[in-house]
Amino acid sequence: MPECFIYDSVRTPRGRGRPTGSLHTVTPIDLAAAPLIALAERCQLDTSLVDDVVYGVVEPVGEQGGDIPRIAALHAGYDQGVPGVQVNRFCASGLVATNLAAAQVMSGQADLTIGGGVESMSRVAMGSSSGAWATDPQIAAETLFVPQGISADLLATLYGYSRADCDAFAARSQQRAAVAQQEGRFDRSIVPLHDRNRVLLLDRDEHPRPDTTAAGLARLRPSFVKLGRDYGFDAVALQRYPHLEAIEHVHHAGNSSGIVDGAAALLLGTAAMAARIDQRPRARIRAFADIGSEPTVMLTGPEGACRKALVRAGMTAGDIDLWEINEAFAAVVLRAIDALDIDPDRVNVNGGAIALGHPLGATGAVLLGTLLDEMERQDVTTGLVTLCVGAGMGTATIIERVQA
Amino acid sequence: MIDTTTTDGAAVLTWDMPGRKQNVLSADSLAAFDAAITAALEDDAVTGLIITSGKRDFIAGADLHTIERMAAGGAPPENADALSKILRRLETGGKPVVAAINGTALGGGYEIALACHHRICASAGRIRVGLPEATLGLLPGGGGTQRLPRMIGIQASAPLLMEGKQLRPAEALAAGLIDAVVPAAELLDAARTWLSDAPRSVQPWDEKGYKVPGGGSDSPEIARMFMVANAMYRAKTYGNYPAGQAILSAVWEGLRTTIDAGLLIESRYFASLLADPVAGNMVRTLFLGKQRADGLVRRPADVPKLRPTRVGVLGAGLMGSGIAYAAAKAGLDAVVIDLDLGRARGAWRYVEKRMQRAIKKGWKTAEQREALKARIHPSTDYGDLADCQVVIEAVFEDRGIKAAVTGRADAVLGDDVVLASNTSTLPITGLAAASSRPERFIGLHFFSPVEKMPLVEVIVAEQTAPATLAWALDFVRALGKTPIVVRDSRGFYTSRVFSTYVTEGMVMLSEGVAPALIENAGKMSGMPMPPLGLADAVGLGLMHQVGRQTRADLGDAAPANPSTPVLEALVETHKRTGARGKGGFYDYNPAERSKRLWRGLAGLYPPVETQPDVPALIERFLMVQAVETARCLVAEVVQTGEDADVGAILGWGFAPYTGGPASYIRQMGVDVFVARAAELAEQFGDRFRPPEANGLAATLERS
Repeated sequence: MPECFIYDSVRTPRGRGRPTGSLHTVTPIDLAAAPLIALAERCQLDTSLVDDVVYGVVEPVGEQGGDIPRIAALHAGYDQGVPGVQVNRFCASGLVATNLAAAQVMSGQADLTIGGGVESMSRVAMGSSSGAWATDPQIAAETLFVPQGISADLLATLYGYSRADCDAFAARSQQRAAVAQQEGRFDRSIVPLHDRNRVLLLDRDEHPRPDTTAAGLARLRPSFVKLGRDYGFDAVALQRYPHLEAIEHVHHAGNSSGIVDGAAALLLGTAAMAARIDQRPRARIRAFADIGSEPTVMLTGPEGACRKALVRAGMTAGDIDLWEINEAFAAVVLRAIDALDIDPDRVNVNGGAIALGHPLGATGAVLLGTLLDEMERQDVTTGLVTLCVGAGMGTATIIERVQA
Repeated sequence: MIDTTTTDGAAVLTWDMPGRKQNVLSADSLAAFDAAITAALEDDAVTGLIITSGKRDFIAGADLHTIERMAAGGAPPENADALSKILRRLETGGKPVVAAINGTALGGGYEIALACHHRICASAGRIRVGLPEATLGLLPGGGGTQRLPRMIGIQASAPLLMEGKQLRPAEALAAGLIDAVVPAAELLDAARTWLSDAPRSVQPWDEKGYKVPGGGSDSPEIARMFMVANAMYRAKTYGNYPAGQAILSAVWEGLRTTIDAGLLIESRYFASLLADPVAGNMVRTLFLGKQRADGLVRRPADVPKLRPTRVGVLGAGLMGSGIAYAAAKAGLDAVVIDLDLGRARGAWRYVEKRMQRAIKKGWKTAEQREALKARIHPSTDYGDLADCQVVIEAVFEDRGIKAAVTGRADAVLGDDVVLASNTSTLPITGLAAASSRPERFIGLHFFSPVEKMPLVEVIVAEQTAPATLAWALDFVRALGKTPIVVRDSRGFYTSRVFSTYVTEGMVMLSEGVAPALIENAGKMSGMPMPPLGLADAVGLGLMHQVGRQTRADLGDAAPANPSTPVLEALVETHKRTGARGKGGFYDYNPAERSKRLWRGLAGLYPPVETQPDVPALIERFLMVQAVETARCLVAEVVQTGEDADVGAILGWGFAPYTGGPASYIRQMGVDVFVARAAELAEQFGDRFRPPEANGLAATLERS
């Protein structure tokens, strides 16, 4: 089986996902094209060699719909021979896109691919693509559907993570992100975005609040009380977990992932192609895996996905030097750390989505790039990215640095 | 059956089923309607159709006996779409059709009106319009789930479809269910006038470019509505009631396509509900059974009817005040006697408290409250009872006190005055012994809150005369409540069976089942309250005291009650007497109107490592009540399975989707039930020990 290597990784800065955010005026197509343009420039790429562009998009509707990676590739000036495909596995879409781009290489059906993702959350709101899960009465009943925020609070209740635990975790995410920004640890991958007159729009992630403290977070009101108590979702969750008396609502805007706009892409290919186009492979894709788990609590997928990927790689959790576990909600990461019995100091060392934001379709690819940069900075060998995913899924990817 | 008369091009199709008080939808009437429509549509002399009724009501909907038979069948019936198809032909026949709604139009009756191009309703206040199918465990299968939302919007139609709300003409007009309201005498003229104005003969939903008002089921607002409606329905029903689920689905799926596809979708859901036992169960008990109970099936026939105008109530506590309030609401005068006037006026305070919220919200007025209070006469003088036709004793559950008030009442009551005890636990025959007129003594067991609870358990003691029973039943009906007749024995029927549910919850607790799991399983079983929460509401102190009284009365003959140690621990050791005390199984936070399970339970009854699954707990909750019901049937404490079912659902809210404990047994099959109960008895104790199968089967056949 051919091996797949990461040659390079780029991403846009993450803009606050609302009309006042710095990237709100950037269309999803422009946002999606930005990393493609950057890759082509940085790698002096002959784009006609690219076999496919695979992008994660969670709300592929409206101006973000209609197979955005193909149109973005054309818009980025890529050769017309470069196809594109959008994939959706909710929050893991960006990582799944990268995995599938790698899989084409590893199966011998492609030599050079791009994996990545895009989400303009300020322009195409969460939930825009609708779907049957929440609204079709038969399906909602069969699956005991609850919104993700209720799931997060259910997860915290099930495993006993208190409001204070979650707030402390969130404050640490902010502190770590602040250090990372000060020290320029994201600079290698970030491509600044400009408007059409070459005026700078944004060159750093704008979601973090470095002055956040746990005490400050303690003053925020939990977000999902009304949804849970008045609209029946707590009761639905208890029908799946009848040994619980009540759901403790611990999550709020400050200990959940931020809504942001962003895009990312990684250039992937064989060793032979790297030599041919004069690229130095930075890391090898060791293994990846997706799983499904109980859909009502929804957010326990990372554990299973990590275990499955570790088995495929012939590794154990102890073999991983650095972890990126997507901070969808504080309790998700706390639970994954406990379930896998890993050292919290090796997890999300530069903060995570609570501080930096979670551009749904792009996040998996963003995290893969962030992990690779940090592995090089710390000069360690192995890293793992994992995300919890809607409907109970989980995705994990293990990478390993290539010693030149 | 359907008379057609045509004048000036207007064919008037008048529903008038011979030999019936109401027009109902049956195979015969549908065939006649179909033929009448076909004839009118084919007749060149007819330019428009008027549909009306020759009865006081318009058309009453499906015949419930037919529904019960269809719903018991198992397989989906083939002709479930008969009405739907006829109505589709009516609305697409090319001639304008107007419904002249001269009386109540519910269910299928209103669906016929929906398929007309215009609806005119008489202004009579007695008329109700709506689609109450959901309350029967059904969905409107004649196009109701498709036409109503297409006419008034999904959001507006949802509560009407899901809750089966019935509207008066003015409300129906405001909500868009009908197009005009006219005086009854002008109804047909108004219909003719509408036809003569050359109206449209195409429904809005058959016009090109039609859009659902307020958005189709794929619009973001409606999608959000469904997301919440799905959760709230599931939260409320625990998946036990397929009807609301089917209605939501028929609307969600049907409103994103054409009316023809939507009607097809609706018909399939309708047939699937008929194939499910829940609809048959609910129709059998909540309608047919309740109807017979309200018709006083057990009333001795040859006794003249009592029309009570004035009742006496002894004791102005919670129950006495509630009975007085219920009597006043039914238009009766109520004399309330207590030790002093201050206590007797408790009945007024009760009315004030109960009406407080309604007055604050503007549903009721202070004048209405004062009018009700004026019917209640607090007193300390037993002489004031002289003009009463019925007197109810509702003093403390203590034989001595009860005997004393009985004697004082007897002294002033005429020979024909019924004296009833509202005890919930003490055998009536024993209480009657204190009366100088035991033949006029009877038990009337009301439920709290009296003004809301629909059932009264009528307990016949050894010496109760037939006339006393008849008048007691007449009195119950005068209050607008449903009676079941029960033979005298400890706990009668309802308290005896109901208490097994609460006991089972406490036994589970003592076994080490996690308290939250017990409570959630109780709710998921379809019981209205969880067992431990219910125990708290009844009062642990009260339950403990009743148990002690029983043991004192019966000695060794007292039935073993496995909840006794739990009650002793809570009440005596930990001084936790229930919701009205310092807390019981729960801690209460009155400020937040919230409660949480008492943390101390974990120390008292540490949860075992391997917890049972929910279906096993649900089975125990339902089986323990069914076994006790079976014993009551075999011992003829209740006469029939129907009485047992009506009493169980109206009395303590026994899982209505089952149709009641007797229906639950019958649906399972007596042999299966007895065998399973015997297994549970081996595993959990003799309270599950079933009566012998043949005897039980015979009693279930009684009617």
